[in-house]
Amino acid sequence: MYYKLPTVDYYRPKTLDEAIKLLREVENSKVIAGGTDLLVDMKTSRVRVRALVDISSISELLGVEDLSETIRIGAATKLQELIESRAVSQSLPLLKAAVESMGSLQIRNMATIGGNLCNASPAADTAPPLLAYDAELVIAGSEGLRTIPSTKFFVGYRKTALNSREILKEILIRKSEWSGWSYIKLGRRNGFTLSVVAIAVLAKVVDNVVYDVRIALNSVAPTPIRVYRAEEVIRGRRVNWGLIEEAAKTVASEVTPIDDVRSTSWYRREMSYRLAIDALARALGVA
Amino acid sequence: MRVNFTLNGNRVEVDVEPNEILLDTLRLRLGVKSVKRGCERGECGVCTVLVNGKPAVSCLLLTVQIDGSEIITVEGLYSDDLFRELVEEFSKNFAVQCGYCTPAMLLTTYAFLNKAIRKLLKPTKEDVIKAIEGNLCRCGTYPRVIRAVMEVLERRISDCG
Repeated sequence: MYYKLPTVDYYRPKTLDEAIKLLREVENSKVIAGGTDLLVDMKTSRVRVRALVDISSISELLGVEDLSETIRIGAATKLQELIESRAVSQSLPLLKAAVESMGSLQIRNMATIGGNLCNASPAADTAPPLLAYDAELVIAGSEGLRTIPSTKFFVGYRKTALNSREILKEILIRKSEWSGWSYIKLGRRNGFTLSVVAIAVLAKVVDNVVYDVRIALNSVAPTPIRVYRAEEVIRGRRVNWGLIEEAAKTVASEVTPIDDVRSTSWYRREMSYRLAIDALARALGVA
Repeated sequence: MRVNFTLNGNRVEVDVEPNEILLDTLRLRLGVKSVKRGCERGECGVCTVLVNGKPAVSCLLLTVQIDGSEIITVEGLYSDDLFRELVEEFSKNFAVQCGYCTPAMLLTTYAFLNKAIRKLLKPTKEDVIKAIEGNLCRCGTYPRVIRAVMEVLERRISDCG
């Protein structure tokens, strides 16, 4: 196969304001950051655009910052930089585990966290941890900045709350003490693979009682999702195997997977249940 | 668009359309034939180059995006001691069969070794396996590649003390 990229204009703005202006003024323009999803989509004609606005060298969008109460991650930060960041290792181990399972070294050196979110694949691997952390997303547009919860960001299959003239600026995650976490990704093979199902769990257990729990999955619905009913089953209860079983059953009833090239709906639901048991056991500290 | 970058230490200026990928600029304009064409969608890794020292796939990079960057391919590493040592181990361990993935495999493992030595890390065999996830070898030379890298690593890391 010999792919040919369609003719396209290219802009590399130096500031966020300039980038937003370009998106507004240049017809049918689209943001490019790492390009690892977008260029494939352009080569295969899944996405058609007239112009690319490259945001990868806008300094406001780069890097991880530890702001004592909060961790700030610039949207154009490369995935490999997240893995190597001390702040991510120390405060966001769940995010680190998820990012380590993504792509290959080459892809992680190119792909960005914002790109993974904005591409809005149901299989986006940065999404379950960010949904579980209740991350906030700062969006820049011509009217300034607005902040929305990550749980309101994915609005439908490959659809986000961004309009075509907005740019995801940064991700804010409030630091919190979790007693346990777990991340399990099931793919067709071990390395460099897309999720068949992935599950992220954060838990706060005090004296064997679940004070708080967050459960998020990808690849089991049109968007990455939180499973609130399963969380509700667990919250405030004493940890035991019966509780984990009950919660995992609720997870399986909350997901709405489909058949596709990577798996079947039946298998994804079954694995949501089984991975939920393992992930909850680990995060709640009964494994 | 005019794009300036360094290729294996030499300054290069090319005039390209925005839709030209780095893989084509390197192979068709600049004659760098060690960078291979494979899947062209970032999955096989045979078009790997080092961008500012880090492995990246040149099939998913627009040439206009690398303006100001430093690009390295195996052609630029002939006189590098660590690279020569790695090539020697690839040869001794028969870590090559058809050779199509080899330049990319060498670049990825070279970058891995370079970082490990510079940062005084003590990587394990599992770390080597993880590092070459993005380099497919359809001849299946992986165990030999891993052995070659481990041998350089063991020698260099103990040398470092």
